[in-house]
Amino acid sequence: MVDFRLDKEYEELRDSVRQFAREQVAPVIADHYEKKTFPYEVIRQMGSMGLFGLPFPEEHGGMGGDYFALCIALEELARVDSSVAITLEAAVSLGAMPIYRFGTEEQRKQWLPRLTSGAALAAFGLTEPGAGSDASGTLTRAVLDESTNEWVINGTKAFITNSGTDITCLVNVMAVTGTNPDGSKELSTIIVPSGTPGFTVAPGYSKVGWCASDTHELSFDDVRVPAANLLGERGRGYAQFLRILDEGRIAIAALSVGLAQGCVDESVTYAKNRTAFGHAISDYQAVKFLIADMDLRAHTARLGYYDAAARMLAGDDFKRYAAIAKLNASNAAMENSRWATQVHGGYGFMNESAVGRFYRDAKILEVGEGTSEVQRMLIARGLGL
Amino acid sequence: MNIVVLVKQVPDSGAERTLSADFSVDRASSSNVINEMDEYAIEEALKIKEAHGGEVTVLTVGPAGATDSIRKALSMGPDKAVHVQDDALHGSCAVATSKVLAAALRTLSPDLILSGAESTDGRVQVVPHMLAELLGVAALTGARKLTVDGSQLTVERQTDEGYEVVTAATPAIVSVWDTINEPRYPSFKGIMAAKKKPVQALTLGDLGISGDEVGFAGATSQVLEFNKRPARTGGAKVVDEGNGGEQLVSYLASEKFV
Ligand SMILES: Cc1cc2nc3c(=O)[nH]c(=O)nc-3n(C[C@H](O)[C@H](O)[C@H](O)COP(=O)(O)OP(=O)(O)OC[C@H]3O[C@@H](n4cnc5c(N)ncnc54)[C@H](O)[C@@H]3O)c2cc1C
Ligand SMILES: Cc1cc2nc3c(=O)[nH]c(=O)nc-3n(C[C@H](O)[C@H](O)[C@H](O)COP(=O)(O)OP(=O)(O)OC[C@H]3O[C@@H](n4cnc5c(N)ncnc54)[C@H](O)[C@@H]3O)c2cc1C
Repeated sequence: MVDFRLDKEYEELRDSVRQFAREQVAPVIADHYEKKTFPYEVIRQMGSMGLFGLPFPEEHGGMGGDYFALCIALEELARVDSSVAITLEAAVSLGAMPIYRFGTEEQRKQWLPRLTSGAALAAFGLTEPGAGSDASGTLTRAVLDESTNEWVINGTKAFITNSGTDITCLVNVMAVTGTNPDGSKELSTIIVPSGTPGFTVAPGYSKVGWCASDTHELSFDDVRVPAANLLGERGRGYAQFLRILDEGRIAIAALSVGLAQGCVDESVTYAKNRTAFGHAISDYQAVKFLIADMDLRAHTARLGYYDAAARMLAGDDFKRYAAIAKLNASNAAMENSRWATQVHGGYGFMNESAVGRFYRDAKILEVGEGTSEVQRMLIARGLGL
Repeated sequence: MNIVVLVKQVPDSGAERTLSADFSVDRASSSNVINEMDEYAIEEALKIKEAHGGEVTVLTVGPAGATDSIRKALSMGPDKAVHVQDDALHGSCAVATSKVLAAALRTLSPDLILSGAESTDGRVQVVPHMLAELLGVAALTGARKLTVDGSQLTVERQTDEGYEVVTAATPAIVSVWDTINEPRYPSFKGIMAAKKKPVQALTLGDLGISGDEVGFAGATSQVLEFNKRPARTGGAKVVDEGNGGEQLVSYLASEKFV
């Protein structure tokens, strides 16, 4: 029989992260958001409670959990704040996971202990000013200099999360390394350590949301790294990022569900305490129904990502289900943040209110790690269209 | 160092709490959690173990449902647990509970016993002192800091006015306030590991205690009636006539906030 209730260990993890988010993230995050500062202390605490190691085996400093455990943690964090949630998501799913999945034993030994403990962050550089949904537009090039046995990298990456913090240690850079027999670009992933000469991190973007997360444009100007920094096999870049993004969609769905649920939490409390026309506004059916619809979206979106994660962990083909989960959950987050701010009246338009932040944080969920249109393309492809 | 931490399960102080028909704490209708102060005692025990080696045992006297709190305590890092559970314990007063804890502690012969300074349901703050008396060990209570140097313990004992420095040699019992450290959150590894940690179940019979020494039968005190907390009142208004600041500070001082 199918059962969507959590096993005890996931439930305990959820409780632990929920308590952490409430006690350690909620009190400080509005200030970081307002000042656009990276919450180093919160990230350090997340590291010491093992969140960055969740899906990795213990031999690499991990917690011996799985991808679903990561999703549970992301949901609970995003229920309170999305900036710390995306920092965790990008660090684990986009930063450390490629090294774990595709790296050599040496690369894993060199980087994973620091990444899984949260002492250092890694980033994933795919998007470029001229290439987002369509990776074939990638212009960043890496040429192997056989005289020194080094890759020489030139190009620009756009909107790269976790790429410029004080504790960022590397970026996995997607680059064109040649031409395939069919004339298409040969793509490969290369590990570029922070601080390599010629690798420049531009000042952080001024963003609409995710204001306490770290996002930069990166430029590579004759950046030289050893040939051994190639991640996995040459020419496998395309397949690698497809795998990483398929998984990542489930994580973004979980994060979206957290935001959607946070809207429910905040609205229930606010509506009970806010009086208008002589009653708590929760007495009005118009308000009750808004919140009921929010709960509906959060819950059904949660089932979607649970299902996609279960398929992935079972080793089934999960692409289409991950796309459905992400498309539906990001929509739930957008809708819920719209109506949660409505329930909060003028206060919902203030940055100090949690729902004000949720409103600003929701939009990117329909864009990052595959836009909603890309998700529809994937679903249609899964249907043979 | 062989450390035993006393962990009590209590109704969540953040939720609605009440008493049962027999005037005992209603543990069935509320969500139950580890007594908050006990998490600080666990953290302190783990820090001592990390610095000096040894073993940390969780000791709980409580109903079957207390296993959830024992698991959660173990997921923070202690090595094992002892759970004293017996239907006859229902309604036990602080004296009886201390008797049971003392008997269980004798079977564990700890060098150091750590506990919270109070529990959020009973709030009597007497169990650590009673245990010290029953076991004949030193009591260093209300600690905001604990230093271990071999068998020598030094405690900064928090008082309303400041703190006192007190010392004792092990074996001893130290009760702690929430100023002593920042308890860790259970990690997934800790949660998984906790499932495999031994939890020894003991009954009153195992400890040589008869049912009429504890529970309602053996209680030294009895709750005769209880009243709901009065509804919140308007609070105190301070009118600023040039000395508003002073008035605020003296109010805060009278409430022991500063
Ligand atoms: C805060 C933030 C953090 C990010 N972090 C990272 C990161 O860490 N690493 C990284 O590599 N990238 C990152 N990104 C980039 C993000 O993944 C891209 O913005 C996203 O993939 C969309 O690409 P694009 O911006 O180039 O939009 P485009 O691809 O230019 O899309 C523009 C619009 O056209 C639509 N569209 C495109 N093609 C089609 C089609 N065939 N049919 C129908 N509609 C189509 C899209 O759906 C979209 O609506 C981040 C972005 C932001 C804003
Ligand atoms: C940037 C900004 C500028 C502003 N400028 C001004 C200004 O210049 N002057 C000024 O006076 N005000 C100003 N306001 C205040 C604004 O007019 C109020 O925020 C607005 O009228 C809503 O009131 P409220 O915030 O008290 O929300 P509430 O009235 O508390 O409403 C909260 C929610 O309850 C719902 N609700 C309330 N009653 C009922 C009911 N009976 N049935 C069903 N639903 C109900 C509302 O629709 C809403 O969704 C400003 C607000 C902002 C954010």
